[in-house]
Amino acid sequence: MKISENWLRTLVNPELSRDELAHLLTMAGIEVESIEPVAPVFEKVVVAKVLEVEKHPDADRLNVCRVDAGGEPLQIVCGAPNVYAGAVVPCALEGAVLPGITIRKAKVRGIESFGMLCSAKELGIESDVDGLLLLAQDAPVGQSIREYLDLDDNIFELKLTPNRADCLGALGVAREISAMTGAALNFPQAQEVEARCGDSLPVAVDAKSACPLYLGRVIRGVDASKPSPEWMARRLVRSGIRPKNVLVDVTNYVLLEYGQPLHAFDLAKLSGGIRVRFANESEKIGLLNGDERELGTKNLVIADDKGPVALAGIMGGSESAVSSDTSDIFLEAAFFDPVTMAKGRMVNLSSDSSYRFERGVDFGMTEQAMARATQLILECAGGIAGPVTNVAAQLPSRDPIKLRISRICKILGIGFTKEKVLDIFQNLFSAEDFAKSEKERHSRSTGEDNDVLWITPPTYRFDLKIEEDLVEEVARLYGYDNIPGVTPQASMAMLPSYESSRTLSAVRKLIAARGYLEAIGYAFVDASWEEDFCGNLDPILLKNPIASQMSAMRSSLIGGLVDALAFNLNRKQSRVRLFEIGACFSRAAQGYDQKEMLAGLCYGSAQPEQWAQDARWVDFYDVKSDLEALFFPVTPDFEVCSHPALHPGRSAAVILEGRRVGVIGEIHPKWAQKYDLPRAPVLFEVDLDALQIREIPAFSEISKFPPVRRDIAVLVDEKISAMDMLNACKSVLDNAKVELFDLYRGQGVEAGKKSLAFRVTIQDTQKTLLDAEVDVMISQLIEALEKRFDSKLRV
Amino acid sequence: MNDNPESILKQAEAEFASIDDAAELEQAKARYLGKGGAITELLKGLGKLDPDARKTQGAAINRAKEGVEAALTSRREALAALKLERQLAEEALDVTLPGRGQDVGGIHPVTRTLERIQEIFSSIGFSTASGPEIETDFFNFTALNIPEDHPARAMHDTFYVDDAHLLRTHTSPIQIHYMMSHQPPVKIISPGRVYRVDSDATHSPMFHQVEGLWIDEEVNFTHLKGVVADFLQRFFEKDDLKVRFRPSFFPFTEPSAEIDMGCVFCEGEGCRVCSHTGWLEVGGCGMVHPNVLKHVGWDSEKYLGFAFGMGLDRLAMLRYGVNDLRLFFANDLRFLNQFK
Ligand SMILES: [Zn+2]
Repeated sequence: MKISENWLRTLVNPELSRDELAHLLTMAGIEVESIEPVAPVFEKVVVAKVLEVEKHPDADRLNVCRVDAGGEPLQIVCGAPNVYAGAVVPCALEGAVLPGITIRKAKVRGIESFGMLCSAKELGIESDVDGLLLLAQDAPVGQSIREYLDLDDNIFELKLTPNRADCLGALGVAREISAMTGAALNFPQAQEVEARCGDSLPVAVDAKSACPLYLGRVIRGVDASKPSPEWMARRLVRSGIRPKNVLVDVTNYVLLEYGQPLHAFDLAKLSGGIRVRFANESEKIGLLNGDERELGTKNLVIADDKGPVALAGIMGGSESAVSSDTSDIFLEAAFFDPVTMAKGRMVNLSSDSSYRFERGVDFGMTEQAMARATQLILECAGGIAGPVTNVAAQLPSRDPIKLRISRICKILGIGFTKEKVLDIFQNLFSAEDFAKSEKERHSRSTGEDNDVLWITPPTYRFDLKIEEDLVEEVARLYGYDNIPGVTPQASMAMLPSYESSRTLSAVRKLIAARGYLEAIGYAFVDASWEEDFCGNLDPILLKNPIASQMSAMRSSLIGGLVDALAFNLNRKQSRVRLFEIGACFSRAAQGYDQKEMLAGLCYGSAQPEQWAQDARWVDFYDVKSDLEALFFPVTPDFEVCSHPALHPGRSAAVILEGRRVGVIGEIHPKWAQKYDLPRAPVLFEVDLDALQIREIPAFSEISKFPPVRRDIAVLVDEKISAMDMLNACKSVLDNAKVELFDLYRGQGVEAGKKSLAFRVTIQDTQKTLLDAEVDVMISQLIEALEKRFDSKLRV
Repeated sequence: MNDNPESILKQAEAEFASIDDAAELEQAKARYLGKGGAITELLKGLGKLDPDARKTQGAAINRAKEGVEAALTSRREALAALKLERQLAEEALDVTLPGRGQDVGGIHPVTRTLERIQEIFSSIGFSTASGPEIETDFFNFTALNIPEDHPARAMHDTFYVDDAHLLRTHTSPIQIHYMMSHQPPVKIISPGRVYRVDSDATHSPMFHQVEGLWIDEEVNFTHLKGVVADFLQRFFEKDDLKVRFRPSFFPFTEPSAEIDMGCVFCEGEGCRVCSHTGWLEVGGCGMVHPNVLKHVGWDSEKYLGFAFGMGLDRLAMLRYGVNDLRLFFANDLRFLNQFK
């Protein structure tokens, strides 16, 4: 909400500078987001009257004017097309400094000029209006323009939290300043306007709980073609509202002043009486903003005998709108229930009124606001008012709230006395509201209990409902700055520490140490990624995505990494190693499952380009080694698998204790092509929890006997997997360590076969093994491999 | 033939000194001490001398022999040292060439920030909790005292997955999950990704928050102020960092406060980053609203506590001087490589 500082100071004027006032508000919870001066700094600009206008002898577009600026008439050359003899305009005198220009005596095409007649743009008060700023004919010639236009003013932009609806009007803000500083509140008390005609409209309120208070009155014979007075128009403009016609301006002005929305109907366009009711299904209304809306039974409307004429508390209908031709009006001021307003909220339709009603409008002020608006209309547009029709039902209650002094101290951590707390509420509430509260308190007080206060919130505070709400008020008025920060003293119990689980941080450091950079991608992705990389034709879709390529909840991190790769290749990066840790989503029997995954991607040379070795493209085994290092000392199995994202001959499932925990492989060539990747990156993706398993080491006796090492090489069919052979070795010799140390194809090995060389290390903890014993073991091993894999020993 | 032991010694010393090769030195040794060597021959001739002369000559020969042996040893050592020196010279590397092997990756600045926050809070006994990112309306709103139609819901532009599910708009629902599965006291921080329908230069539809929650029998507002200020001072490594609380509104805390800290770029003088106020807004906090405790079935008379929430991305931006939020999610290597 925007409000003029000068306006505010007419209501309450503490001895504070502009910045001090803004700081005070901010520290009271009414954040001043920005302070905007109404006009830039300048002086020596005065109200002046153009006495004569003559064409410049040497320039078609220039005029030579004689101007009365309060002293001797001045000769001023002026280029504005809208200058005329008799115009009252701002005049910058010799020595004036305007934004970007200093006024000096000068010759303009040979004619002397002693000043400049100004447009609003030249004064820096409006940006898009050319031509002289024409002032009212009665503007006092010679007066400083700053004074005349009230330019020494600032616009405070307030950022209000939803609980502080009471500050959505100048009165509320002023009340708050008064409470914080003790400065007197000078609020214009509206006097009830005497009814001078008997006309009224019948008002029926069907929806009593949605509209517990409805005031209406007829005003006849207004002249809506008159402009609003300068002071009112100026305050509206400084609050960001464009003046329209005097009737609308007055309702807007009272909204800004009291926070009470009002609406003026053109009486001639209403038929029959007023009825406040919920809309019928599919009822329609044309609105002031030009919208045509279809309504439902949640929408509260103001209707006449023919149908809805306004969306209650939101916006008036176009048909019954006032215009400059209007002469008779029906003026409405009501209280609409905030919950009803919130429920009836319509897509893309909110107004200054609905914003206030949804948060709570002070129903204690509705009558006064009605009187104030009537008074202003009569003042500005003439006319005579009829009596106020008042239909009231059960308004929101303001029950006393129990407030314990001990509770305040417990929550805030500082001491308060009962007197101090009462003081605070006396400052916060008006004398009247405080007296009301005190009366309630005394009627409840048992006399003895010094700890308990009963506080009755005023009608404008919709946010004070429970004890804690009052504690906040106490803290606020006491000043958050005055509450110290204290280092807590607490029990020193240690946090648990789990050695069997590797921390997330350790996993991250491990993979970063192997050259990967951490990426963070969006959790919502292009649905086509889900299809391409996961074979997921039915992804979890957002109902309101921000863009179609961010519409599907990812079930894998692969798409994001591939996308990041493409992004970086486009930026001339040649070697990319990325990893991401993040949640992946799937449907579950009830709701959705979320699993944390870790994925990595490698592209480019296996190692950074360096002087000592030739560049080699990263391959499956490089990345597999990274993955094995991540698992170490746990050793997962790798099995041939098929995965929608990966090359069928170059991908493997990662298996841990029989469970598939991940996948690794080169991206499928068709995706490399589709996603514009010159070569295929190698990827892996594993369950994060599988990587976090870490066995606690258990010591075993160190053997005193020397190990025996034997190497064997066998020829097998290409199809046989190395892992199967290693597993077979282990099952034959359970206390031996078997490692694959060579793989050979080529000369001496027939096509379709490969040679695998294993190093077997055997060690007994009880005795030194004899060669003969070892020979037996090795031949058992060779035999077993022959039998299972049809392998041949190579000699 | 020379039979003067001293002159033989002189000769040997001179000869040894002129030899640069180990094998040659051994041959030279034979010429003095070997069979038929000069010293050996002298010893053989001793028998022919009378006892007195034998004694004198014997002593002279022995001195010469020891001298030759000493000269030999010293030359051997000198040659060995020379050889080693030569080897070392040959083996010398250009130690300024870069090391070989894999380079080192890096951790994302947001994660890095998170890890620091976890570290700082764990030092006073906070553990870390997490929760689902696809939430129900109950956990994201209702349990946090944001009933349907509450204007505060309008502050959260929510992504919906279906009628019952949404993407969490803040990390606060984690607190509810945690409280429902634990007993007081609790002392946790809960970091995570959150989502809001908002995308422009300063907003991302996905961003990170971290929340803290401490509930016990004697936790109050001064402690909240103390812990938050202490944390920010540790995080920015600035003991005199100013921290201020401003009254604010959150449905799940009462009293509530906005957290501002002194601008780290201009030391409070006012600059573009702090919109010339000298203050930077870094989060919100307050005393846990009794309705929140009631929703999880805890006695709000007995237990009270505080909660605070801050933007992780915002803290990372301030810490590392990153000026565009969108850089965090672009995964540009030129950006990520700056965080190693
Ligand atoms: Zn600054």
